[in-house]
Amino acid sequence: MSTQYTVVGTRPVRHDGADKVTGRAIYGGDFTAAGLLHGFILRSPHAHAAIKRIDVSKATAYPGVKAVVTADDMPPAPGDKIVDLGEGETPLSYVRGNVLASGKVLYKGHAVAAVAAVNPHVAEEAARLIEIDYEVLPCTLTAPDAMRDGAPILHADLRMKELGQKTDRVSNISDHFRHVMGDAEKGFAEAEVVVEGEFNTSTVHQGYIEPHNATALWNNDGRIHVWCSTQGSFVVRDATACVLDQPVSQVKVTPLEIGGGFGGKIPVYLEPVAALLSKKTGRPVRILMSRQDVFEGTGPTPGSHLKVKIGARRDGKIVAAQAWLAYEAGAYPGAMVGPGAMCVFAAYDIANVVIDGYDVVVNKPSTAAYRAPGATNAAFATETLMDELAAKLGMDPIELRLANAAKEGTRRADGPKFRKIGCVEVLQAMKNHPHYSAPLGGPNRGRGVAIGFWFNVGLPSSCTISVNADGTVNLVEGSTDIGGTRTSVAMQAAEVLGLRAEEVLPTVVDTDSVGFTGVTGGSRTTFATGWAAHDAAQDVVRQMKERAAKLWEAAPESVTCERGVYQSNGHSATFRELAARIGETSGPVVGRAAVNPRGVGGSFAGAIADVEVDPETGKTTVVRFTSVQDAGRAIHPSYVEGQMQGGSVQGIGWALNEEYFMNGSGAMVNSSLLDYRMPTALDLPMIDTQIVEVPNPAHPFGVRGVGEANIVPPPAALANAIHAAAGVRMRRLPMNPPAVMEAIWRKSTSPDS
Amino acid sequence: MAQVYIPGLLRELTGGRETVEAEGSTVRQVVESLGRVYPGLAERLVEQGRLRPNISVAVDGEISSIGLLEEVAAGSEVHFITAIKGGRCARRS
Repeated sequence: MSTQYTVVGTRPVRHDGADKVTGRAIYGGDFTAAGLLHGFILRSPHAHAAIKRIDVSKATAYPGVKAVVTADDMPPAPGDKIVDLGEGETPLSYVRGNVLASGKVLYKGHAVAAVAAVNPHVAEEAARLIEIDYEVLPCTLTAPDAMRDGAPILHADLRMKELGQKTDRVSNISDHFRHVMGDAEKGFAEAEVVVEGEFNTSTVHQGYIEPHNATALWNNDGRIHVWCSTQGSFVVRDATACVLDQPVSQVKVTPLEIGGGFGGKIPVYLEPVAALLSKKTGRPVRILMSRQDVFEGTGPTPGSHLKVKIGARRDGKIVAAQAWLAYEAGAYPGAMVGPGAMCVFAAYDIANVVIDGYDVVVNKPSTAAYRAPGATNAAFATETLMDELAAKLGMDPIELRLANAAKEGTRRADGPKFRKIGCVEVLQAMKNHPHYSAPLGGPNRGRGVAIGFWFNVGLPSSCTISVNADGTVNLVEGSTDIGGTRTSVAMQAAEVLGLRAEEVLPTVVDTDSVGFTGVTGGSRTTFATGWAAHDAAQDVVRQMKERAAKLWEAAPESVTCERGVYQSNGHSATFRELAARIGETSGPVVGRAAVNPRGVGGSFAGAIADVEVDPETGKTTVVRFTSVQDAGRAIHPSYVEGQMQGGSVQGIGWALNEEYFMNGSGAMVNSSLLDYRMPTALDLPMIDTQIVEVPNPAHPFGVRGVGEANIVPPPAALANAIHAAAGVRMRRLPMNPPAVMEAIWRKSTSPDS
Repeated sequence: MAQVYIPGLLRELTGGRETVEAEGSTVRQVVESLGRVYPGLAERLVEQGRLRPNISVAVDGEISSIGLLEEVAAGSEVHFITAIKGGRCARRS
């Protein structure tokens, strides 16, 4: 902990802890309202089909049913209107089309119609009575298949773009871009050692435990009130308003507690539908997804197909790199291939690079963000090849990475230069960690390492702080709290005010009650909303100085404040003492701030993984795992460690078990948590953590953001560990027992074995 | 003058040049300046007075959330890059 701070770097109990551990926190499934109706969404049984006819008459007549809606109940979407929802812009027609299908269904699970009824069972029974005539179309499920000539086309109006240039080619390729730096061809000609490979990663889901939910009331005055689980209440407000063609002022969103999101709770799915049902019935309508709905009807992360090549001199200096990335966007354009391309070689200083990225639509659910979206896929390829390169050069894999590590001033292939970053410091921490030199402790074991990068984002945040007469303050913010951000934001205000963390009382409020605040995503909340809290607290300090000056009949500029103690010309008062007397001065003290900060600091993370591979079954057991990450400044180290552990576990699941297992007709056949196997506490060892602190010079406290980079290295670290344990190079995720066993058999039967 | 990095797929419009200099105190002015020297380039970056949905701009290493309105200083580096998520990269003009 830094000695310059009294609150930052400590580990207070979270403000919402009592509500969470006693079960009093209100989640979407707990929420109720007078006259509540229950909704059910009917979803497509086909991966690709034209909707020829929908007949809702039997459902509408079913006893207990109050309303039925389809896409026909939504306002028409202007074809080319672009809306900004959360992390950026997307055509409104895609948002509406994903909420309720119109004309065509593009994946199994695509929402087609919805019913509101007196209870959820009646709603479901009635929905099953809706008659839909489909013309089933051939489907395409992978990027390579969708990119081929003659592939089934999802969108007849989708023409491939090349950085702003729309071509005439009707295609499933939405976008092709290229980053070029130096001369890759010349670089490879100079290379003395070249490694290359083709990699595949499966579609995986964020796996948040709480399913999506939404309750909406379209009131008689025309205002729509939504209660839901979301990473961004303002995103829900704006998206609901866009989809329903309403002014944003007509929509109010109250975020309830959120049981996990990881990027997947940024898009809207249920809110506009619940609102339409409410409009028809005049009553509040709640819709809860089942786990199957979550898997089949919400946004997983893209499956991807990558070809990567790296060339180096004998001394270990990398002189050229090339990547070809094709990511599956799902039903609508927007795969995270852009950030994948930005991150694929970001950890290294390479003079000659070429990167091609392809955003490809396929007949799977429309993908959403997932912790460092796109970067994990890319790092699986790059970091596996770095291990191969180290072996070919006879170098320690961390030494090879250190010899090429990106530093302040290193230019990324997509253009920008890095500012102050902690790549070298993370690698040094890995090298010096006792885990790296510890004995493996048994046969069939191996150790692997990998690193990863995520650039993090800023985006707007707003905050107000009002002073209570007892010397505490109320902090009002708009960032939904997923990982303890109420506390990490409150701590930054407490540090400025000279209060204890417990004396700052944070509340996450609805969209009518605070200024615009971006999503809780991109590792931004402790960075940006924390910055807003810092600035709002400074506003409070300024006003408290004025109040002290008034009480002491002194000039405001003569009043100083040091750790919550105000002084001027022999007068001295604590924040609490002053707060008790603000009524005597000019009434309430309310500080406020709205920020849209620059100065985002990217974060590097590393993983050291020990595995044991059963040579008879191919099962990989993680026996030891260490996560290292540059936090910039760890405001609350326990929550930073929690993010590192959570990201690591999700990366391990992605690496070893998880995948959307699709049959030939495009149906996911493992859409339950029994069959979609995520790791549990029983599957894993304790995830050790080491926080590295290379403060972000732009942030008041040096924060970078820690929610994402930690998921990036685990799959490659585990692939490298499997190679060390079993001698096989894995090129596909997940590296489940059948895949590892097959690789072992292939190796044992190859002529070289 | 700002130093503008031209994306690989647009270098056909700058005679293959990776970096060019352009005048302007905002990204909008820089784009207009580029358009005067390299015909067709501005249209590939801007549509209906806004950055195209699949393009973001980074000034001095940081992706801008206000796009064409972002200030550019003499000597700034300006990069036009692929936007996140189908044109995703926050609000911009």
